[in-house]
Amino acid sequence: MNHYFEFFSQALEIIVALVAAPLLTGWVNQCRAWLQNKSAPSMLQPHRMLHKLFHKEVVMAEHASSLFRMEPYIIFGCMILACGIIPTLSTRLPLSPAADAIALVGLFALGRVFLALAAMDIGTAFGSMGSRREMFIGFLAEPALLMVLFSASLITNSTSLTNIADNLTHRPLAIYPSLAFAGIAFTMVLLAENARVPVDNPATHLELTMIHEALLLEHSGRYLALMEWAASLKLFAYLCIGFAIFSPWGIAEAGHPLALILSIPVLAVKLAVGGAMLAAIETASAKLRIFRVPEFLSMAFLMAVLGMLVHFLLGA
Amino acid sequence: MDHLLLLVLVTPLLGSITLVLLGHREAAPEINVGFSLVTFIASVLLAVEVIAQGPALFIGQYFFADSLNVFIAALTAFVGMTTSLFSRPYMRIERDNGRMTGRRMRLYHSMYQLFLFTMLLALLSNNIGIMWVAMESATLTVLLLVSIYRTAASVEAAWKYFILSGVGIALALLGTILLYLAAARHFGIAGDALLWTNLQAAKAYLEPATTSLAFVFLLVGYGTKMGLVPMHSWLPDAHAEGPTPISAVLSGLLLNVALYAVLRFKGLADGALQNGLPGKMLIGFGLVSVLVAAFSLSRQKDVKRMFSYSSIEHVGLMAFTFGVGGPIATYAGLLHMTVHSLVKSAIFFSVGHACQKAGTQIIADIRGLAHVSPTVGCGMMLGSLAILGLPPFGVFSSEFLILTTAVRELPWAAPLLILALGVAFATIFSRVQSMVFGDTTAKPLAHSPALLPLFIHLGLALLLGLYIPPYMHAWYVQAAHIITG
Amino acid sequence: MTGIPSQILNLLAALLLLLTFAMLGQRRILSLINLFMLHGIVVVASALLIGYETSNHHLYFSAGLTLAVKVMLIPWILHKLVFRLKVKREVETLINVSVTMLIGIVLVIVAFNIALPVAALSSSVASGTLGIALACVLLSFMMILVRSNAIPQVIGYLTMENGLFFAATAATDGMPLLVELGVALAVIGGTLVVGLFMFQIREHFDDLDIHNLETRKED
Repeated sequence: MNHYFEFFSQALEIIVALVAAPLLTGWVNQCRAWLQNKSAPSMLQPHRMLHKLFHKEVVMAEHASSLFRMEPYIIFGCMILACGIIPTLSTRLPLSPAADAIALVGLFALGRVFLALAAMDIGTAFGSMGSRREMFIGFLAEPALLMVLFSASLITNSTSLTNIADNLTHRPLAIYPSLAFAGIAFTMVLLAENARVPVDNPATHLELTMIHEALLLEHSGRYLALMEWAASLKLFAYLCIGFAIFSPWGIAEAGHPLALILSIPVLAVKLAVGGAMLAAIETASAKLRIFRVPEFLSMAFLMAVLGMLVHFLLGA
Repeated sequence: MDHLLLLVLVTPLLGSITLVLLGHREAAPEINVGFSLVTFIASVLLAVEVIAQGPALFIGQYFFADSLNVFIAALTAFVGMTTSLFSRPYMRIERDNGRMTGRRMRLYHSMYQLFLFTMLLALLSNNIGIMWVAMESATLTVLLLVSIYRTAASVEAAWKYFILSGVGIALALLGTILLYLAAARHFGIAGDALLWTNLQAAKAYLEPATTSLAFVFLLVGYGTKMGLVPMHSWLPDAHAEGPTPISAVLSGLLLNVALYAVLRFKGLADGALQNGLPGKMLIGFGLVSVLVAAFSLSRQKDVKRMFSYSSIEHVGLMAFTFGVGGPIATYAGLLHMTVHSLVKSAIFFSVGHACQKAGTQIIADIRGLAHVSPTVGCGMMLGSLAILGLPPFGVFSSEFLILTTAVRELPWAAPLLILALGVAFATIFSRVQSMVFGDTTAKPLAHSPALLPLFIHLGLALLLGLYIPPYMHAWYVQAAHIITG
Repeated sequence: MTGIPSQILNLLAALLLLLTFAMLGQRRILSLINLFMLHGIVVVASALLIGYETSNHHLYFSAGLTLAVKVMLIPWILHKLVFRLKVKREVETLINVSVTMLIGIVLVIVAFNIALPVAALSSSVASGTLGIALACVLLSFMMILVRSNAIPQVIGYLTMENGLFFAATAATDGMPLLVELGVALAVIGGTLVVGLFMFQIREHFDDLDIHNLETRKED
């Protein structure tokens, strides 16, 4: 019986991820528009765009290799797997032994590598530039992310995200300065990895300032749909990692179907709040010049290391 | 005896306030001398009483005098008085030359007295926190004094002094806090743990790890004010750019008081640690200072900078000898403190007037002092000979004692010391010779130079070289006992 | 992890460390002054908390003194200075910000290592935070070294004093009141003197860049 329940919760998680990720992107866009005193498109707009793109024909460059054709599927697969591993709705997931937190970072790296390779595959200038920048940011952001995960692991003595979430839910309510530092670092890494202001403007149309968008210039039709979906899944996944570490209450424990049902609205509320805060940060910041991005990310790394050091010193 | 100590402290404070009001008047230098004289007499009387009756606490437990600090206090007041005598004609000439205005004279005189007050407060206070506050205030007064000419170079010298000194003092505060922590274990958290007398009595109970850390910070912090290498870079600039009386007072007074603080802390740390670490650190810093200063001497083109490096060298020598420890070395160190103050300030007196005559501080441009003003030239010659350790001046006896102790205790250090002293001898002697003899175009001074303080100092140094009066000898021995515990 | 006050103290200490790092990486002078004000507020809050916990009433007084001096008086003086002297609003550092931060981390590790045996000695409720206080002191020391403008150097010096005050409260529940008064006086006096001083620097050189003051090298 438990087995069925676990498979069911795993499948539910993946379906929820697939459905909720574009909604999340729409919600963030809405909040941003409201904060900037503009009228917003509806929250279903990204879904409609995906629907439109899937029905369009693919136009590809002549000299594109098979790598370019495989890449959207690989990346989409990585993101789906990531969303399956992160405990969004429940902490009993059959897929979770596949990867702990550190391997999760590796999974994201895999996606990033293929993204960069595919953009360089076509050989355009903007593609190469975007790849270089994407790898640059990834290279700086990964240590920070790892440090954040280490801090959480040190407190809970485990690197598996489900165990971390479990452990942190059951602790008495206390203020952990090390987690506060880690939270700040994680937010900064989230902004960098998901191509948000202040690192990259997702709504820009100026190619010279693009980082993530430049990698998507050559895609069209269903490939573009898969890539956009993968990007929103990545944002969803990052937010859920944040929730698992910093506010894990509401995630269903093993074997409680009612808790599983309840965890969906809890997740929705958390995503709404998280998305609104993300929109607020984006509105309040200006986009950094590219040579200031290393400073931003080294600040994130620094916060994460400080969190670890503070944990060692204060035992908190 | 309480009122004597109060008199010693209140007089310079009162003098400072008076001079804020009256400092721009013509008679301001005389008022300055008057207050310094009163302070000196009070300190001598206090010293006599304390030597006769033994160490004592004053005004509750706030102040404290034993033979070590009362002797340095008397020396401070003496050098303060003679320097004020020197500064009378010197500042008048500077004002005539246009480098000082009435307002600046007011600032100068009031800060001078305030500086003396902070020095005496640091020496006589029983509370190491108050001592810290006094040293910090001394930093501020010196900052204002060094920059008094308002030239670009003096502003720069003062800024460098502020930053280096500020950082040093902050480290000293950290050391003070750590020492308080180490002592609070024994005394409980109250004001008592900050008092010298209590710390002295309980030094075996201080926690070793914290005390050694505290001593490191205190040595680096107060060592910055002493001029130990590598924290010395403020010293040459401050000496060269400030007015000469301030150079005399910095070399003669501030260095001594900082050294006093380090010595007290060394006594405590030795008692707590029992492993000779403080002594070794002092030896290390001292040797490095002596060597660096001696070799930097030859590169100096400005006469005041040259003599300031000589101060650094002697401070290093003193640190070395106090680090070696033992009765003879400590006696030698105390004797060296005295004669160095006297002779170095005498040198600065003569150098000050020489620079005024020649209109410049560059060595190559000062010539033939013996022709224009035989007394100033003679004073400079004698002073240099004295500081270089020629007999029969006092510096010879103290350096002799230091070297013999070094040969006995630390044979490998003795050749280094002799080398450094030799290099310094050669440099200073050749430079001073070229300054004193030769042809010249120097002009006479508008006010007659202050020769009395110069020759009093040299005379005393000579006296101490030839014959140490019994009460001075007893004084030194008592103080040495206190330091070596 | 003991009770709530200890947790809040840990949080305040962590916040202090964060603010010091922020000051280390901050380039704009006005933001630096505001960060310094926040720094002072955090130190005052922790002193008040420790005073409340240990019923040590003189800590209330020292906290009030620090509030008046470091949070209100000195930032006001600094703002006035920046305004009167028409200081450049942004300062360049001698080494770039990322390297500064990395060296800062190393200093923090050093400070924590030094402080561990000492903190075991303290009986104060905030003894674990002595390492953070020491780290703040070392970081402000570094701020003085890498800045090339007079005002950030002064702010670095004042931050060092803040860190020392925090160290005193963390280690020994504060120094005796007389000493605190003396230290506060010295700090006010120092800032006033240095403030007056900056007018002198301005008079001779056109800005407060320290590189102008490095002409007198060894000759």
